[in-house]
Amino acid sequence: MNQYNGKSVFGGIAIGKIKVLAKGDAPVKRIHIDKPQEEIERYHAAVEEADRELSALYEKALKEVGEANAAIFEIHKMMLEDDDYKDSVEGIILNQSVNAEYAVAATSENFARMFSDMEDEYMRARAADVKDISERLIRVLSGKGEEDEASEEPEIIVAKDLAPSETVSLDKDKVLAFVTIQGSINSHTAILARTMGIPALVSTNMDEQMLDLLDGKMGVVDGTNGSFYIEPEEKILEELLAQQKKEQELKDLYETLKGKENVTLDGKKIMVYANIGNIKDLAHVIKNDAGGIGLFRSEFIFLERNDFPTEEEQFAIYKTVAETMAGKRVIIRTLDIGADKKCDYFQMDPEENPAMGVRAIRICLTRPEIFKTQLRALFRASAYGNIAVMYPMITSMKEIKAIKAIVQEVCQKLKEEGIPYKMPQQGIMIETPAAVMISDLLAKEVDFFSIGTNDLTQYTLAIDRQNEKLDDFYDSHHPAVLRMIQMVVDNAHEAGIWAGICGELGADTSLTKEFLKMGVDELSVSPARILPIRKIILETNVTEYGRIKE
Amino acid sequence: MKTFEYIIKDEQGIHARPAGELVKVAKQYTSTVMIGKDGNSVDCKKIFGIMGLGVKKDQTVTFTIEGEDEEQASHAIQSFMSENL
Repeated sequence: MNQYNGKSVFGGIAIGKIKVLAKGDAPVKRIHIDKPQEEIERYHAAVEEADRELSALYEKALKEVGEANAAIFEIHKMMLEDDDYKDSVEGIILNQSVNAEYAVAATSENFARMFSDMEDEYMRARAADVKDISERLIRVLSGKGEEDEASEEPEIIVAKDLAPSETVSLDKDKVLAFVTIQGSINSHTAILARTMGIPALVSTNMDEQMLDLLDGKMGVVDGTNGSFYIEPEEKILEELLAQQKKEQELKDLYETLKGKENVTLDGKKIMVYANIGNIKDLAHVIKNDAGGIGLFRSEFIFLERNDFPTEEEQFAIYKTVAETMAGKRVIIRTLDIGADKKCDYFQMDPEENPAMGVRAIRICLTRPEIFKTQLRALFRASAYGNIAVMYPMITSMKEIKAIKAIVQEVCQKLKEEGIPYKMPQQGIMIETPAAVMISDLLAKEVDFFSIGTNDLTQYTLAIDRQNEKLDDFYDSHHPAVLRMIQMVVDNAHEAGIWAGICGELGADTSLTKEFLKMGVDELSVSPARILPIRKIILETNVTEYGRIKE
Repeated sequence: MKTFEYIIKDEQGIHARPAGELVKVAKQYTSTVMIGKDGNSVDCKKIFGIMGLGVKKDQTVTFTIEGEDEEQASHAIQSFMSENL
């Protein structure tokens, strides 16, 4: 068995026979021509024929991969008709008295070089388009028709490189996957593979000489992990087959659940939001159809740097998130540094017991200048979308009062300076037993609760999360924790506010029904967990479930 | 002769597809249409020339249009640019 690795263009598993596409790239010969004018006419005829081929390809692509992707062949047609390109070919034929094939090949080199020298990565990838149209012309000039080897069964296409026209001219139903030795993930071929939704690898670490030996062999492309196996052993094959089946099921599930409401069989609705730590995660949030962002861990902005982020830097990030979510709720948690999340430039004193030390809101209240900068950025960004602010590690009413005083001061200052802002909704994390016990009082002071189950479990069970030796004692489903969640939800509803869960427990699908029964209003989980949770919600009858439990 | 400037707003700049469409628009008119950036000027009816300029977002391009139908051509190109780039 051989295994190679490449860059993944599109995920998924493909298993089948390998078909190596060899290009008819015998080097073009330079031949002396006595009648250059006739040679130019031959070139014009070839341009016309290539143009016809491209029109046919455009029509084919239009049906198979849509207008946006088919446009490349229209562009190829324009390149073919480009006066500079034509002048160059004709000039070489006339001045050097050489054959049209050679003139096209020489022009192709020059134009491709113009693109490959450009700074822009996208433009560099266009060198492939120039070569593609030139190869087409040379093939037509040499009197060869389009390659059209109809194969019986779907195959894994392996090639040194694939031109966009080659990718499309392949019969889509007969292609399982693409593997190329060259090519970039920005190439049109890669874009097409993504649109067609088939596993594809580029820049694969295979030797070109290897190609001839692969034809007809059995191969497996693991697009997700970027691996290409030739005749894998039975054991590996079985694993890959199992993975393929699982991926397919998951994919089917995802597709059918997108756009659906999170509502149970008996009509109970729940918000399912996403947890993120970075702007880069936004794509996953949208792809997985999140109803909003339930936890944006703002401390990651601080952890990524060597010095405090400025108000403007923070503002730009919060504004981007708010705008991208376009009116959907974005809950941003204020700085939660301390314990396991350390940041050198904060210059914190070493502590005996950091989990119970100076962390989160305690840092913000003892060093209000850091807190005020963040609040200013948040309130300003709030004007651009639906931002809510959430304060972590609350244990007392005194802290709420202190926060409110600072919030008041920040707003006053922004107003005086004439800087536009909007007062966001404000909520707190419930992650200490103290906050649970006074949640009836806290509920009257804030707009929402979000239960941080990781810390709440650690403090309730008196088990250090970082200590692996305690794993046997740790029970994430401990009744004490579940009762606390129920208590918090009840107290929230009593005061007319909502309560959600943003800790890891929220993503635990074995508890989703339980949470629905408890009346939890929101679950915030990592983006990839959203659709699996939605599946359970859609299948649950809360009334029925409650009856069985009793 | 008609001349106007345009600042590119599209994130990707003038990449292959809009370059192709711009050529299509320019070719509808008999006037010569030149597109320039940083003192480099090329024929707007040639796709390789436009792509060769490598115009990116926030860069300014200058159009110079001359000929019988320069009025209409200038108008068409201006509206194409503001709608697509």
